Amino acid sequence: MEEELTEEETALYDRQIRVWGADAQRRLSKASILVCGITGTLAENVVLAGVGCVTLVDDRSPTEDALSANFLVPPSLELHGNKTLAQLCGDSLKDFNPMVRVSFQNGDPSSFSAEFFSKFDAVVVSGCTLSAKKSINEKCRKSLRRISFYSVDCRNSCGEIFVDLQDYKYTKKKLDEAVEVELQYPSFQDAVAVPWRKLPRKVSKLYFAMRVLEKFEELEGRNPRDVSIADLPGVLKLKRELCDAESLNESHVPNSLLERLLAGTREFPPVCAIVGGFLGQEVIKGISGKGDPLKNFFFFDASDGKGVIEDISSIS
Amino acid sequence: MATSQQLEAIKGAKVLMVGAGGIGCELLKTLALSGFTDVHIIDMDTIEVSNLNRQFLFRQSHVGQSKAKVARDSVLRFRPNMSITPYHANVKDPDFNVEFFKQFNVVLNGLDNLDARRHVNRLCLAADVPLVESGTTGFLGQVTVHVKGKTECYECRPKPAPKTYPVCTITSTPSKFVHCIVWAKDLLFAKLFGDKTQENDLNVRSGGAASSSEQPEDVFERKKGEDIHEYGRRIYDHVFGYNIELALSNEETWKNRQRPRPIYSKDALPDQPAKPNGNFESSNSSEDPSSLSAMAALGMKNPQEVWSLSENSRIFLEALKLLFEKRAKDIGNLSFDKDDQLAVEFVTAAANIRASSFGIPLHSLFEAKGVAGNIVHAVATTNAIIAGLIVIEAIKVLQNDAKNYRMTYCLEHPSRKMLLMPVEPFEQDKACYVCSETPLTLEINTKKSMLRDFVEKIVKAKLGMNLPLVMNGSALLYEVGDDLDEDMVANYAANIEKVLCELPAPVTNGTIVTVEDLQQELTCNINIKHREEFDEEKEPDGMLLLGWNQAPPVEKDNNHVVNGVSTSAELPSEEVVDDVDMEISKVAPVKKRKVLDTPVDVNDKKKVEEVNDDDEDEDIIMLEGNNPEYGKKRKLI
Repeated sequence: MEEELTEEETALYDRQIRVWGADAQRRLSKASILVCGITGTLAENVVLAGVGCVTLVDDRSPTEDALSANFLVPPSLELHGNKTLAQLCGDSLKDFNPMVRVSFQNGDPSSFSAEFFSKFDAVVVSGCTLSAKKSINEKCRKSLRRISFYSVDCRNSCGEIFVDLQDYKYTKKKLDEAVEVELQYPSFQDAVAVPWRKLPRKVSKLYFAMRVLEKFEELEGRNPRDVSIADLPGVLKLKRELCDAESLNESHVPNSLLERLLAGTREFPPVCAIVGGFLGQEVIKGISGKGDPLKNFFFFDASDGKGVIEDISSIS
Repeated sequence: MATSQQLEAIKGAKVLMVGAGGIGCELLKTLALSGFTDVHIIDMDTIEVSNLNRQFLFRQSHVGQSKAKVARDSVLRFRPNMSITPYHANVKDPDFNVEFFKQFNVVLNGLDNLDARRHVNRLCLAADVPLVESGTTGFLGQVTVHVKGKTECYECRPKPAPKTYPVCTITSTPSKFVHCIVWAKDLLFAKLFGDKTQENDLNVRSGGAASSSEQPEDVFERKKGEDIHEYGRRIYDHVFGYNIELALSNEETWKNRQRPRPIYSKDALPDQPAKPNGNFESSNSSEDPSSLSAMAALGMKNPQEVWSLSENSRIFLEALKLLFEKRAKDIGNLSFDKDDQLAVEFVTAAANIRASSFGIPLHSLFEAKGVAGNIVHAVATTNAIIAGLIVIEAIKVLQNDAKNYRMTYCLEHPSRKMLLMPVEPFEQDKACYVCSETPLTLEINTKKSMLRDFVEKIVKAKLGMNLPLVMNGSALLYEVGDDLDEDMVANYAANIEKVLCELPAPVTNGTIVTVEDLQQELTCNINIKHREEFDEEKEPDGMLLLGWNQAPPVEKDNNHVVNGVSTSAELPSEEVVDDVDMEISKVAPVKKRKVLDTPVDVNDKKKVEEVNDDDEDEDIIMLEGNNPEYGKKRKLI
């Protein structure tokens, strides 16, 4: 039973309906998204697209750092009282599109139950530790209905998106025919477990660099992105060890790249806009069932300007 | 994270944004977050409901207000210490002259039409200010950098011309739905509701002269006291019945084509009396004119539904009736506006009836509106991506980081794993009449063509000059401006009507005419070559301009009827027309350009240690098909 879009929705979403069609728009309006960790433009994008509801989780208090790449919050901190970042952003977001229900959830996402996650159609995590990423991903996979899982990380002038749609079927138009496509995505855990030397020779160097930093943060018990240039020696040491263990030539993980990622851990607004834009598109594609979803990693590096997809899975 | 040098450059920068729409909103926000402190914005538009799905600085309550001003107010709430100067004006205004442009370190375009882009390009060249251009359509987009002397200018390579169709296709032999829309909009709607003094090809027949001589009285005029229902049916029967029968009588036309069938109102609407009994006052009689709707009056709610022939016929007659009865004062000076509900309903219905006649599939109001209104489909995410890329290029420009300037293409489908494809900017074209001021040649019949034709068709339309000056040697033949004295105005008025060879300073074979636009600071010398004959079909204007960069027209015949311009992305969206499900990019490799894997930085000693696996020539694939910018082979500096 498909209810039609209201007149209001048709008028507001006219331009995007012309991109993905009314059916897709209807599906979006019924979807429920969970966003853990507010970053860049993602939340705005899905709200503008007209999803049914968005739940935000981010217990950070609105410090200057958190606000720097974040448009949604007005700068004068005195007005904030004791609100968390999620609450503040939520208030702003409601304004963007009154037709979307915006709510928030307190707590540490890695402690939420699988049952909690199963309420959502898509889960997006950002600025997450390696273990939290894995565990949340696994909980999503446990759910009986298919939950799309996305993780995003922006460091300095680079960004990484990971997509897990599990077993995903969709229809696409090839010439004049409608073709059924089936994709199988590995979990984050499985993807990063693929031995490095088995990966295609030209795989993005950013992939390895991100894994090194992730591992470093885990081993040192740091919060995500809580690293600096002072950690370079430790990071380089870890890189050598990992490359050794993986029998991978060290040149695949340039020191200069690691240095760059350590030197500036704050998010760079233009990069957040770009990565947030692609991420938003992926979330929308996953829900609407329209368009070829990205499989399964996306990398952007402002220094060369390329936005690259890497398929990293043992299923091939 | 911006380096301290970058932050320095950003803080001291004065930036001009042209356009506060889809790209503009995302751009202003990203500039604000990136630490820019002095931004000026020009935008002549006001906010509409359909903008709100992506132009997030605007709210429902802002509809009707100036985009530039509201954008500024919205951002100031988040960055109160930023200086944002809005101009609710047309960038082509003489106020925005070279002096104005010179105050900026970089200009960022977020425009949606070719005309304005060309204009800004010229001003940036004249002021020697770098320009970052951009465009988006659906999931596609691109960002390009233009710096005088270092890269090509925006006009060095041809940009797609607006899609045009041969007159006879529109008037006699349509084969696609868009042909029916153009007929309904530019011919029928214009004839019935538009300026009566305008020439109209509605009664033109293929293979024959215009039939105006056959019809002493204008059949489209409503007779005095004629009942509206009768009038409506009369028009219906004339254009869908009688005119089709006339067309069928010309056997030649239909030798290899499917013959259309004439449709008469009594057949399309057998149950409806020609004149309804009693007074059927539509429910929206007391509402304001802008909410009048034939659909509403007939109880049809869904704009996505494809109506039957009889439903379309009912809408046709009802819309016509409502226009004549409730908007009588508009009749005679109405032009099609995609936001005018009745106009859209009328055009949809008329196009569908015609389509039905010619065996072309019918379309919903939603689809028809998109075609008739040249609506560009748009989403917020692409604009966010493009805005981010613009800021990255702007920062490079501010630091004079010329080796790292990039043109970046945002693709819908990956090409060699890439969704964002950076390419080095192209070299300046030495033959570009805009930035290299190369002379052009014009073949024209100097004994028949008037100065007016030259000015309208060449100087304004093709060369894109706004306020032109036309000279033959030192003799000023014509100019446009505000501060001209009476004598000059009279002189120009006389000249414009004269045939070229009869001008006070005669323009004949071998003359070099100089045209200038003082605001754009563009001068162009045109060598005149007299030619007697021109092909009516291929050169309907009776002129041929050589040396001017024009993208090859998509249709083979040279064309007359235009369905408007849509240049939101340089990847043309004409393919949109027949298919709501956009399957736009068909990227095919054509020519190769180098893409750099890592930025060129000769000071980076570390490079030496790294084994660069990608040292092999990473030849880039240039977009073809959708992107007619392949042009000639270019080398890098």
